[in-house]
Amino acid sequence: MTPIAYHALAAFIVLNAVILMVTYVTLLERKFTARMQSRIGPYYVGWPHGWLQPIADALKLMMKEDIVPTRADRWVYNLAPIAFLIPCVLIFATIPFAPGLGVADLNIGVLFFLAVSALEIVGLFMGGWGSNNKYALLSAMRAVNQIISYDLPFVFAALVPVLLTGSMRMSTIVDAQQGLWFVAYPVIGQLAFLAFLVATLAAENRVPFDILEAESELVAGFRVEYSGMKFALIQLGEYAHMLGASFLGALLFLGGWLGPGPAWLGPVWFIVKAMLVFLVVTWVRWSFVRIRVDQILAVSWKLLLPATIVLLLVTGLVVALGGPGGA
Amino acid sequence: MAQQQVVELGYGGNERLMMNMGPQHPSAHGVFRMILTLEGEAVVAVEAVIGYLHRCHEKLGETLTYVQYPSIASKTDYVAAMTAELAYVSAVEQVGKVEVPKRAQYLRVLVAELQRIASHCLWLGTWCMDMGGALGGGATVFLYAFREREMILDLFEALTGARLLYGFHQVGGTRYDLPAGWDARCRETIAFVERRIDEYEAMLQGNAFFLVRTQGVGTISRELAQEVGVVGPLIRGSGVNYDVRRAKPYSSYEDFDFAVPVETAGDCYARYRVRMTEFRESIKIVRQVLDGLPEGPISSRPGVKSVGQVRVAKGEGYAPIEGPRGEVGCYLVSDGGPKPYRLKWRGASFTNLSILPHILPGHKVADVVAIMGSVDPVFGEVDR
Repeated sequence: MTPIAYHALAAFIVLNAVILMVTYVTLLERKFTARMQSRIGPYYVGWPHGWLQPIADALKLMMKEDIVPTRADRWVYNLAPIAFLIPCVLIFATIPFAPGLGVADLNIGVLFFLAVSALEIVGLFMGGWGSNNKYALLSAMRAVNQIISYDLPFVFAALVPVLLTGSMRMSTIVDAQQGLWFVAYPVIGQLAFLAFLVATLAAENRVPFDILEAESELVAGFRVEYSGMKFALIQLGEYAHMLGASFLGALLFLGGWLGPGPAWLGPVWFIVKAMLVFLVVTWVRWSFVRIRVDQILAVSWKLLLPATIVLLLVTGLVVALGGPGGA
Repeated sequence: MAQQQVVELGYGGNERLMMNMGPQHPSAHGVFRMILTLEGEAVVAVEAVIGYLHRCHEKLGETLTYVQYPSIASKTDYVAAMTAELAYVSAVEQVGKVEVPKRAQYLRVLVAELQRIASHCLWLGTWCMDMGGALGGGATVFLYAFREREMILDLFEALTGARLLYGFHQVGGTRYDLPAGWDARCRETIAFVERRIDEYEAMLQGNAFFLVRTQGVGTISRELAQEVGVVGPLIRGSGVNYDVRRAKPYSSYEDFDFAVPVETAGDCYARYRVRMTEFRESIKIVRQVLDGLPEGPISSRPGVKSVGQVRVAKGEGYAPIEGPRGEVGCYLVSDGGPKPYRLKWRGASFTNLSILPHILPGHKVADVVAIMGSVDPVFGEVDR
């Protein structure tokens, strides 16, 4: 098989796997939060425990009428969901699920992930602007504020394992964790993981940083005017991004596919770890209140950004003085 | 349609955005419209528009007899129907100088305090939802609080057969007596609710995000509170020790031992503290009522034979009571017939809501909903 055909096939499989996973991650989240809130969650569609609920939701969204507001900027409005979705799905390109099992194990994998995931803001702002709705516009402005503020700490936190390894290739980073997962690396590892989680929450616009959705004040934020499949695409993008960030967290800090048992268990371990990260994110979502836009910016610029810079410098010092890794 | 005065800050030179919040909006606790003028995220002016839920309650009160109206009165403040009914019958009894048996007075206190707990449960849930969102953290507290509210509604259902609008009170007493076993069930429920309240406090007060969203937000100074005339938890959260139950005891409130919580900060957190303490004080009062419930008739006018049966002597009067949202009262003028000649409601939510244009400017959009939730308006009572 030629390399191009191989990559195309891998991309096709990963894309579909991601979409399926995203659909079922919503069910996982709903069940999990239902437990937290002494409810049952989806139950009747599919047996047992609502296994077909995500499919039913997707079908429902497909059949919904597609409404374009009369005064919307049609081009921008219609393109926005796609512009939003593409970077969110593209991030999976560099994620290896096991050694050699992935679309492309680039030598700048981490950089690619961080750069592409930051692109979603374009689609988001297009949606907010093109809708010609004041709620959507406010939300889009908040989004730009927030994502610019949090991408820096996000990058800095993700760079700690890169420094410890001395490579940006995802598989090398995992291999470097053979002895010790980076989350268990004394002090630096835990702090970096914590900063990574917080920055992830913010970059994914999850509670307590979900000011751009902010349904109690901005109704649904930038997607207030979207319906039907366009709404579904935005939701898909959002969950794909979240899932991608969970995978990244599992790769960078939790040792990726490393775990006891035979090698073929690797992908299973990897998915379990990513789900753990995802559930932590969900758990936070359902037990906090949303903080205000000025408070969010203050947390980023006054606390998280300086802290991650210092952390990165300290890591550099540790590596220079003969810690693990180092080029 | 009452248009409230627009309070405006100085022009900062930035581009302004007019934004409608309501009449249909996820955070509105009813149909309420705020026309916000924004400079970026900051609110510089608010115009509050009410009247979307006006149902001519006062006119309706003039066309229905004293026997018919109590069950309609519960529809003014439908979240606290028991106290709304109580306000109406108290006014009728004051004008008509009707005696109320001791047992009926105690029963009234009992249901009024249970209603306060149920109403505060709704407030806590919806307020947290305003700050966290239907999909956010707030929904967790919302569902917890509704679980407790359901238990109290179950008690009311066992007592009156209804869950929301009760028709429990009648002129001269109450319509229903406690069914067998209700006493024990009520004690169980309030003990359960009491434990849950500790849980909520642990969950909210230990949450840094909750604190930054509530402390120092929506501060009402003592002077402003008195000037605008807010009542209930709002004025007590601003350092004024005023509670009708204590200031002008009605329905034997002087028999019970309870504290009136007062906080001086005047912000959302102070109002939260006041209401959380009121939960506990209400539970205390319910226990005292159950312990000391006297035997005897439940009404001085037992049995209703016709809707025109109750006639009230010529006169007028106002009997305020302390509802969950503050002072509620009816001003009633009687011409000696079976219907009031004129009826005027004084709703706590109406005056409490009028504080909004004074305190909102200067806050961010997100605070608007938090402050709104801490005021706890019920639009049935605002618009009547």
